[in-house]
Amino acid sequence: MSRFSEIIESISFAYKSIVANKLRSLLATLGIVIGISAVTLMQTAIEGINRAFESSISSIGADLLYVQKFEWFGNEDWSVYRNRKDIDFRQFNFLKKNLQSAVGMSASIGSPQTLKYRDLMLQNVLVYGTDAEYQFVTGSNMESGRFFTTREATGGYPVCVIGMDIKEAFFPNSDPLEKNIKIANQTYRIIGVLEKQGSMLGLFSLDNQVLIPIERYIQYISGWNTSLSITVKAANVDKLEETKDEIISIMRKVRKVPYGERNDFGVNQQELFKSTYDQLTSLIKIIGTLITLMALIVGSIGIANIMFVSVKERTKEIGVRKALGAKRSSILMQFLIESSVVCLLGGFIGLLISFPVSLIIDALVLPTVMPIWVIVLALFISLLFGVLAGFFPALKASKLDPVDSLRYE
Amino acid sequence: MSSLIELKDIVKLYIMGAEQLYALNGVSLGIDRNEYVAIMGPSGSGKSTLMNIIGCLDTPTSGEYLLNGRNVSEMEDDELADIRNKEIGFVFQTFNLLPRINALYNVELPLIYSGIPKSKRIEMAEQALVSVGLADRMLHKPNELSGGQRQRVAIARALVNNPSIILADEPTGNLDTKTGDEIMMLLSDLHEKGNTIILVTHEEDIANHADRIIKIRDGVIDEDCASVKSVKSSTGTSE
Repeated sequence: MSRFSEIIESISFAYKSIVANKLRSLLATLGIVIGISAVTLMQTAIEGINRAFESSISSIGADLLYVQKFEWFGNEDWSVYRNRKDIDFRQFNFLKKNLQSAVGMSASIGSPQTLKYRDLMLQNVLVYGTDAEYQFVTGSNMESGRFFTTREATGGYPVCVIGMDIKEAFFPNSDPLEKNIKIANQTYRIIGVLEKQGSMLGLFSLDNQVLIPIERYIQYISGWNTSLSITVKAANVDKLEETKDEIISIMRKVRKVPYGERNDFGVNQQELFKSTYDQLTSLIKIIGTLITLMALIVGSIGIANIMFVSVKERTKEIGVRKALGAKRSSILMQFLIESSVVCLLGGFIGLLISFPVSLIIDALVLPTVMPIWVIVLALFISLLFGVLAGFFPALKASKLDPVDSLRYE
Repeated sequence: MSSLIELKDIVKLYIMGAEQLYALNGVSLGIDRNEYVAIMGPSGSGKSTLMNIIGCLDTPTSGEYLLNGRNVSEMEDDELADIRNKEIGFVFQTFNLLPRINALYNVELPLIYSGIPKSKRIEMAEQALVSVGLADRMLHKPNELSGGQRQRVAIARALVNNPSIILADEPTGNLDTKTGDEIMMLLSDLHEKGNTIILVTHEEDIANHADRIIKIRDGVIDEDCASVKSVKSSTGTSE
């Protein structure tokens, strides 16, 4: 009861003393302002990256395995990879014949090529040669038209399926079906358009691609890439490990990897992406947290400093309060509340700065929203540092001798 | 029946390096309820130390201090704070009002520390300010008030918790003669209303407003006698 009215009184007094020393309070709180802005912006940015990642990762099927010449996130020396054999059709067919646990399998190979339609030209479009099963394995949907058939794929017919980016670039207002475009100077007939897939982490578009029959690719297009990528669809996500083990044993056999040697190929999956990504973001988080923690510590040292000055300046006031019956705890609380109010104010200002900045990031860099919990956390942190910064000055104030402090001028 | 204040052989020893200084060296005295006492002495006599001990701002090195029958000399800081809050009203030479808050809020302060709810607090503080004649100055800040008015606010603050003792330390020291006289009249009024007043001063004129004068010299009581005023007129009315 009595504590409550004391707290109210302390808050209103803290407010008065902040207003009385506007500039000083503002300078004192600067460190906290910077710290809180940094904390909230970092969290907001990470939240934004996470969201972008989640939506990107879903474009890589969770039930898919990619058998490729290299691991996605290998960490061995380059010399280990340099002499690896390509994955060729013989291996693909052997795998296809022997793999029991998969429900589908597709080979593909691709490289960036130049596309032409009349006098329009697109460079660096990813051209993939693949088979008819590709559509089923990757679960691709058609915007219009159809995918190529097994006959077209194995016969090397000059047909192609284009991504949305190509349609938008070449045929903004017309139907692309049955039109002819040139890929690496060869003419292809468009038979289908893939549904829009979006972009990977907002960095590169997944729609900037063209699919052609794999036989055609091997005969007419030479890219830097000569090794097949085999996409295997497992029965379901739970069977992924089982399928992966089976693939490894078959691939080792067909590639003649001696017993005891390491795999000379990679079986990649979405999970790898995720764990690498998580490692990366947690590292960013740790570094970011350390830096902002430092800003907050420096900020609270500044506030502690100001509080010591304030205690010194108000020695007489402390004496008067003690003469009027203030207990040690009352004085302690008064100064703790004062530094907490200063820090909370800093936190608020920090949020006032970082919120518009987060809107700018949202508009210009990547879609992000400042989560409520970040705001709550920021205010909690400012309060915490307020209490930490205020503790020793407040303790000093509470221990002042009433006689001495009344005499202080 | 015991006195309101009973000091028994109070000693206050300050040790400054190798030197020992007896600020008080065996002071014993009793003050009854509704007495008007002046403590006099030159500076360095120990009268301030005596006032601090009576006001529970300080504790004696040895000796016993009974206030209202309670032994104050062995209390902890927080207990002393409570005693100061409820039993003692201070009036200082330099007023010691808090500068950033208005008169009413200044008077409310002791009530905040005794945990009285806001509405009651305001009512009591207003009453105290009215009783010192500042009904129209309640919302002024100290720097908007004259010296005399500030001291009245301080007196209202001292009164507001109905303390057993009002302890006035050179209450007219920072005021001109006329204003000082007004303040002394106010204190006399309070005395007549039943308050116990202890006045600390070095001025003979001021001390003579009290009924009894205790003179301190070199840490001991030099003289404890009735004042000129109370000898002249036993009724104790003000001039």
